[in-house]
Amino acid sequence: MMDFGEIKSIVENKFPGAVLGEDINSTPTAVYLKSDQLPEVCEFLRDDDRMYFDMLSCLTGIDNGPESNMEVVYNLYSIPFDHHLMIKVETGRDKPEVPSVSAIWKTALWHEREAYDLLGINFTGHPDLRRILLPEDWEGHPLRKDYKEMENYHGIQVKY
Amino acid sequence: MSTVQYTYDPAHLTRSEPVVHDPENLKTGEMILNIGPQHPSTHGVLRLETITDGEIVVDVVPHLGYLHRCFEKHAESMPYNQTIPYVDRMDYMAAMNSEHAYVMGVERMLGIQDDIPKRVEYIRVLVAELNRIASHFVAIGTYGLDIGAFTPFLWVMRDREHIMRLLEWTCGARMLYNYIWIGGLFYDLPVGFEERCMDFSRYLKPKLDYLEQLLIENKIFVDRTADIGILPLALAINNGITGPILRGSGLRFDLRKVDAYSVYPELDFDIPIGTGKMGTVGDCWDRTWVRMQECRESLKIIDQCLEKLTGDHKRTRNFDPRAFLPKKIRPKAQDFYVRAENPKGELGFFFRADGRSDIPFRCKARACSFVNLSILPELSRGVMIADLIAIVGSLDLVLGEVDR
Repeated sequence: MMDFGEIKSIVENKFPGAVLGEDINSTPTAVYLKSDQLPEVCEFLRDDDRMYFDMLSCLTGIDNGPESNMEVVYNLYSIPFDHHLMIKVETGRDKPEVPSVSAIWKTALWHEREAYDLLGINFTGHPDLRRILLPEDWEGHPLRKDYKEMENYHGIQVKY
Repeated sequence: MSTVQYTYDPAHLTRSEPVVHDPENLKTGEMILNIGPQHPSTHGVLRLETITDGEIVVDVVPHLGYLHRCFEKHAESMPYNQTIPYVDRMDYMAAMNSEHAYVMGVERMLGIQDDIPKRVEYIRVLVAELNRIASHFVAIGTYGLDIGAFTPFLWVMRDREHIMRLLEWTCGARMLYNYIWIGGLFYDLPVGFEERCMDFSRYLKPKLDYLEQLLIENKIFVDRTADIGILPLALAINNGITGPILRGSGLRFDLRKVDAYSVYPELDFDIPIGTGKMGTVGDCWDRTWVRMQECRESLKIIDQCLEKLTGDHKRTRNFDPRAFLPKKIRPKAQDFYVRAENPKGELGFFFRADGRSDIPFRCKARACSFVNLSILPELSRGVMIADLIAIVGSLDLVLGEVDR
């Protein structure tokens, strides 16, 4: 059973510069990763026989508000070793873009579509990035903190 | 706000059924078949855009969102405790389990999870397991209905009614309870509940045998479900599938054991897994059989809970389930991921608390049905249309949770 420090140092040694920091206040403890190195680090985390993070439990997009940035949070879990790990990736708010991990965990296919739908984060390399919960022609991304709903949708009043 | 809420224009109706596949690009002999969103065998408002070649399914594209009620947006605008009724409405077949998961997360964020009295925890597990049986009953009953067995549905609805009445007795609502509160419970169990629940447990045990004989071991049912929709374990894990579907694929993985939350470590129960008894490991029959066996295990847990609730942690005059309700629910700034075993799989909640308000900054629900549905296109390529219905039924979807 490895603790967070060991996992972090393995990643740091393997990918110098990929780890930007850690957040010990989160549960499970989180590591900040550089967004362009995310897929290779994730693939390593999944395949390495010391960690074997074979399950992506959850993927959350977060908007930190108009003056701040956007984040994507990945909750990894390793079934054989019972390890937990939270990965955080930050991205700018003007053109939010994070590489897709859907080739590594297929769970991400729909979770990334959901984050795209509700927050407008563009996951590069995603094979089928469409809206999932809202209709295709909906305007705006509701979970952004500065979201303004449209007046009418196909003649139906949106505000009630 | 204007008084006119809808203005009619024929153009508004043109985009009512968006499709991914273009009819122009289909091969000869292929056609688009739209199943749902008002089709009974999609178990709710799910629309399956199906490309068929004769009777063979070439591709399936699920379209969701018809029941989207903005759970996450709502959760960002109201205090933690007021979100509990919304959590009920996600998986409305297993509201107690969802409440338990949500409440557990908030309690751990506040750091009060060790203050909760044992009696409260046992009551939580008791009602959650009752609800788990009810949820599995609906799953098994409607699955039988989907593939042509009508009687088992009536049987399980009859037995589920007893559970609904028991749970109604605790909190006044039949399906959407708002019973488990942060730091305690809405109310102690009503006087006489434990005895009635014991009666129910005695009543249900033989009924489970009858149900297994009538439906699960029925030759027609076996023929329709064995070797259909086989889900290999590696694919299931990579897709994040959890719950009875993952266990049906042969992995003994249950968060009640793995995470050992609440009082589950003090209880004795087994985790049934699919063995491929009637066909191949991970087929529709295995998944249904796992649900059936889980009902028995839940009944075992209920018996043990009742024993504790009438023994070590029995009702006392001055027991107050609201004694430990926090006056102010304001967790310190943190990110928190909590997960629990729902009847349909791993229900997770991701919270971001900013430490300054009673309202979560972000609350994401990792809905098990949502993730479980995503496997459908892979399972159903190349099967017959009738088998597609059998596969959808075996996934046990609740669209309230898929769409949130």
